[in-house]
Amino acid sequence: MMDKLNNKNNKLILNILLIIIFASIIILLDTKKIGDAYIRRILNLSAIYAIVSVSMNLVNGFTGLFSLGQAGFMAIGAYTVAIFTVPLAARAKIFYITPQNPVLAQIELPFVIALILGGLLAALVALLIGLPVLRLKSDYLAIATLGFSEIIRIVFTNIKSITDGALGIKNIPTMPTMWVFFGIAIISIGFMWLLIDSSYGRAFKAIREDEVAAEAMGINLFKHKVMSFSIGAFFAGIGGGLLATLFATVDPNQFYFPVTYNFLLIIVLGGMGSISGTIIASFVVTSGLEILRFFDEPLSLFGLNIPLFRPGLRMVIFSILLMVLVLFFRNGLLGQKELSWKLIFDLLSGKKPRKKTGEGGAAQ
Amino acid sequence: MSVLKINNVTMQFGGVTAVNNLNIEVQEGRIEALIGPNGAGKTTAFNVITGVYSPTKGNVFYKNENITGLTPDKITKKGIARTFQNIRLFKNLTVLENILIANHLRINSNFLSSTLRMPWSNKEERQMREKSEMLLDKLDLLRLKNEIAHSLPYGEQRKLEIARALATDADLLLLDEPAAGMNPSETMELSSFIHNIRDEFHLTIFMIEHHMDLVMEISEKIYVLDFGQLIAEGTANEVKNDQRVIEAYLGVEEDA
Repeated sequence: MMDKLNNKNNKLILNILLIIIFASIIILLDTKKIGDAYIRRILNLSAIYAIVSVSMNLVNGFTGLFSLGQAGFMAIGAYTVAIFTVPLAARAKIFYITPQNPVLAQIELPFVIALILGGLLAALVALLIGLPVLRLKSDYLAIATLGFSEIIRIVFTNIKSITDGALGIKNIPTMPTMWVFFGIAIISIGFMWLLIDSSYGRAFKAIREDEVAAEAMGINLFKHKVMSFSIGAFFAGIGGGLLATLFATVDPNQFYFPVTYNFLLIIVLGGMGSISGTIIASFVVTSGLEILRFFDEPLSLFGLNIPLFRPGLRMVIFSILLMVLVLFFRNGLLGQKELSWKLIFDLLSGKKPRKKTGEGGAAQ
Repeated sequence: MSVLKINNVTMQFGGVTAVNNLNIEVQEGRIEALIGPNGAGKTTAFNVITGVYSPTKGNVFYKNENITGLTPDKITKKGIARTFQNIRLFKNLTVLENILIANHLRINSNFLSSTLRMPWSNKEERQMREKSEMLLDKLDLLRLKNEIAHSLPYGEQRKLEIARALATDADLLLLDEPAAGMNPSETMELSSFIHNIRDEFHLTIFMIEHHMDLVMEISEKIYVLDFGQLIAEGTANEVKNDQRVIEAYLGVEEDA
């Protein structure tokens, strides 16, 4: 039976089947045959989180850079979409305290253009920060990128004629279909998958494995780190832009630095260095955070008020779950492996995933 | 012709002089060795050649080109490849991936055409794979191509590290203690292996080694370093009988 399943044709059929199931679920949801607005929103949010998490995994899991700047890059993408897609007629009402910059007040761009522009701006900013910051190692890089992400947020709070400051920008046009989110997620993640599977992706992995050896093999460390960092920022910007259109509003507090920890959690959970693991974790964590929401509501059992249930308990439970995961599943769901039919069938038939080791592995 | 010329190189770390006024000329097509007691500055000399350190004084020439102060990746591109004293493979990647990574430095496609699988990039990738498999085949490692690097037996890991260095299309190979941790029979095997790759790939080999049998057998010229100073150079026999070398490194036989 295993041999049959390993057959290439059967795998192809399974893949096509999976795509059909996936597409029909989205179509049914999209045409409002099943689910409600709440479920659609969570799924769209999950798709966005998947893009940003995979982009963070590209930098952290595949290139081995400990970067925590994701929220800042998302903010750039989100604000670009917000600033350029709000209809001109609605602008004056939004910027009612500080008028919008007269040049920007004239420009309205189609969503896709604004979205790509947001990604490019995020990548450009990443390039500029990367030049000094990527010379730093692990912990220092994390601190520098985290600080940077906060700087972006504070700058956005203060350049009121461009971003409307703490009031935020409302009335961002929303998208009529889930395919915008899922389509862009598929394209973005597909691109990063192909990148990681290319010669450049191998160079990224080499840097993760051993910087000294990678450099000795002729890989320009700095160039490749900047490349990975900027591409990661580009897709974080895309994710931010999608977030803006999903929520129809942006304000600086959406991009407070704890947001980055959500993505960090997702990639640790899914497996640093596993794209499929990251995608699964994005959906599990995003919907999990919603499901756990009832912990935040006051709860009465038989007329007795349980004092534990109050706003904030959700995050306590979430943190405990996280600790358990880190203690018992340190490599996350998939480690550095990718999901494949073989892995699934091995798991289903109770067979331990065959390790790729030869006999007599050396001690090291 | 000298392939590598180290000219009056001094390397200081704070107040410590690790290498003092070193002069070495490695001739094309030969196997030459650098020996000396622990802490003599051998690996420091290698790190200066490969650009890990920029020397305090002096210059390094490769094929008459001054390469002093270039970064390691640029020096590798010029044709100098190295291995490390404590093996530094890309441990969690496969044998083939390790070799493919060493081909990346000669890539012509940019990341976009590589990612979008443009025909010319696909062709380049295919050629890279063919070349890598051919190399693995020549070194009898092809059967292991899908194994994870750290799962290989120790001797094969050493071999893979040398293969990876060769994959950069190097002309000069620097081996830092290739026989470390090997038993006598493995060492003998390594000796013929080094000879074979030198002939097959038209290499110049410059190595650091502690196994005196190996050094004496295959090196055409030996340099002896002690406390950062070159104390002797010459053929195996010349060095073996040099009084200073015996005192500093080889040791005096008590009953002699």
